[in-house]
Amino acid sequence: MIELENVSKIYRMGEVEVGALQNVSVRIDDGEIAAIMGPSGSGKSTMMNVVGCLDVPSEGRYLLDGQDVGQLSDDRLAEIRGREIGFVFQTYNLLPRLSAQANVELPLIYGGRRDRGKKAMEALDRVGLADRASHRPTELSGGQQQRVGIARALVKEPRILLADEPTGNLDSRSSEEIIAILRSLNEEDGITVILVTHETEIAAHARRVVSMLDGRIVTDQVQEQGAHEVVDEPI
Amino acid sequence: MSPYDVLRTAFTSMGANKMRAGLTLLGMVIGVTAVISLMAIGKGAQESITSRIESLGTNLLFVRPGASSQGGVFGGQGSAGTLTLDDAYAMLDPTLTPSVAAAAPELSIGGQIVAGRENTSTQIIGVTPEYEFVRNYSVASGSFVTAGHVLNRSEVVVLGSRVAETLFGFRDPVGQTVRINARQFEVIGVLESQGGSAFGLFDDQALVPVTTAYYRLSAQRTNQGGVSVGSINVQVRDGYDMDTAVDEIATLLRLRHRTTEEDDFTVSSQQETIETLEETTDVFIMFLGGIAGISLLVGGIGIMNIMLVSVTERTREIGIRKAMGAKRRDILFQFVSEASLLSLGGGIAGVVAGYVLARMLDGRDLAGQPFETAFSTDIAALALVVSVVIGLFFGIYPAMRAARLHPIDALRYE
Repeated sequence: MIELENVSKIYRMGEVEVGALQNVSVRIDDGEIAAIMGPSGSGKSTMMNVVGCLDVPSEGRYLLDGQDVGQLSDDRLAEIRGREIGFVFQTYNLLPRLSAQANVELPLIYGGRRDRGKKAMEALDRVGLADRASHRPTELSGGQQQRVGIARALVKEPRILLADEPTGNLDSRSSEEIIAILRSLNEEDGITVILVTHETEIAAHARRVVSMLDGRIVTDQVQEQGAHEVVDEPI
Repeated sequence: MSPYDVLRTAFTSMGANKMRAGLTLLGMVIGVTAVISLMAIGKGAQESITSRIESLGTNLLFVRPGASSQGGVFGGQGSAGTLTLDDAYAMLDPTLTPSVAAAAPELSIGGQIVAGRENTSTQIIGVTPEYEFVRNYSVASGSFVTAGHVLNRSEVVVLGSRVAETLFGFRDPVGQTVRINARQFEVIGVLESQGGSAFGLFDDQALVPVTTAYYRLSAQRTNQGGVSVGSINVQVRDGYDMDTAVDEIATLLRLRHRTTEEDDFTVSSQQETIETLEETTDVFIMFLGGIAGISLLVGGIGIMNIMLVSVTERTREIGIRKAMGAKRRDILFQFVSEASLLSLGGGIAGVVAGYVLARMLDGRDLAGQPFETAFSTDIAALALVVSVVIGLFFGIYPAMRAARLHPIDALRYE
């Protein structure tokens, strides 16, 4: 369970202090699929970084399963990132010199897990790219690269999956594929999925939509069931 | 992260930029090669000097006069003219010194030898007939200095092979006349070349009767009368202990010189001479190694430079790895191991190159001197250890910079 209690994040840009997050409180339960919306600069990426343990709040508390993340050491944060949280980035962030399989294995190396090759292949199979395992990112299309990114996120069997504009660089067909995979991970595997986007069509796939502006949450609504039944074919 | 993963990651990233890794490696290779080959050259010179001295025989003792001190001015070891030709003859008396087989005094002076239009400056040594076998010399043509020559202060000279070659080329010098310090000398013999010696020390000399050297060539005379000599080479009789011989000689000289307090002479063995020489040449070797070490240091700075560039270039990669759960030490190990692999690789290649270079130079003529090198495994091992230490030392700062990067900043880096 993710709980933000009056979280603020203040960046210093020289003399000026920028409040990227201002007094944000939100609670996301296990197994939810939520979209965070807002224009650029609204603080949605900052919130994602805090939730993903990449950054700690300047003020307030972030409780992950009741544990105050702000009190943890860098190494402990790295462990949480390595075990519990999967990241999917807008720009994929794959390592260009490694094959798709080696990229997917990366979190397992740092987690010190066994059977890395097998687990990586299973994850690639899950996103339909088992036949591309030895390809490098540059040899793959944008949609395929993002699917490798998702495989890398799910290979460690995380409880939370954070996707920051996962379809931002993709055409509509690839976007639909990506969203379908994310939804199946939520529905079939019970992974909590948090999706940052500024596109309403993408946000429509989530049951819950949190809108942000200027570092604050402006609306937080649960959509009617069925409103998102656009892509429903099994993958 | 297991050591295997650390190494594999390091190899992958070095493989991604082979040209750069290769050039960085080259810096280390040159440094280590320089250390190995220069040390081998130094060691080779040292070994050829000591082996030359050892070839004289291990049963030799050297007696030298003590230091002179006149009016408070200290002249240094061997400067007092207290040792005489008669001291050398007295050692042959078996009553006090039964362990002495032969005593060969010598008095060396610098001088210029002129033959026709050729001339050379060399060491001119006054000797007695015993010198020939105490020093293991043999005469290539003509004859050696005889007892009669010594008695008569004859103006005769035996030339070292290099001196003979310089003055007479391929002509036979025996029977020819040369001028030493404006006096006429007849050449009565030429010594066999000793060869092999790094500095040609023993071929570049001329031998005259010790009395001739003293009365005709030396500017310095003692006030006590008798021929003073620079040193006496003593050959110890087989079956006698070196220490016993030293004691006997010391007792004899104390009696003869009527010394009551400090000895006015020193007796040293072959071994001591070698040790002193080795100490001197060790300094020379360390000096060579130090110069080569500078290039090793430059190689290390090259590694640091390239690692700093690499950390900046791969900021985003570091961010991704951190987001994937890499801890600080994982990133630290990754970059440190890369730097160490570069330096170790350069070290290994440098040891091989240094060995090959040393072997190639071995026995070659360099500026007319035969060149000897000695490759030693301890220096190779030391060079390897030093290169890894350099890699660690120069790699740790860039690696720490990488490890300290904040994941968010690193991920956003373009």
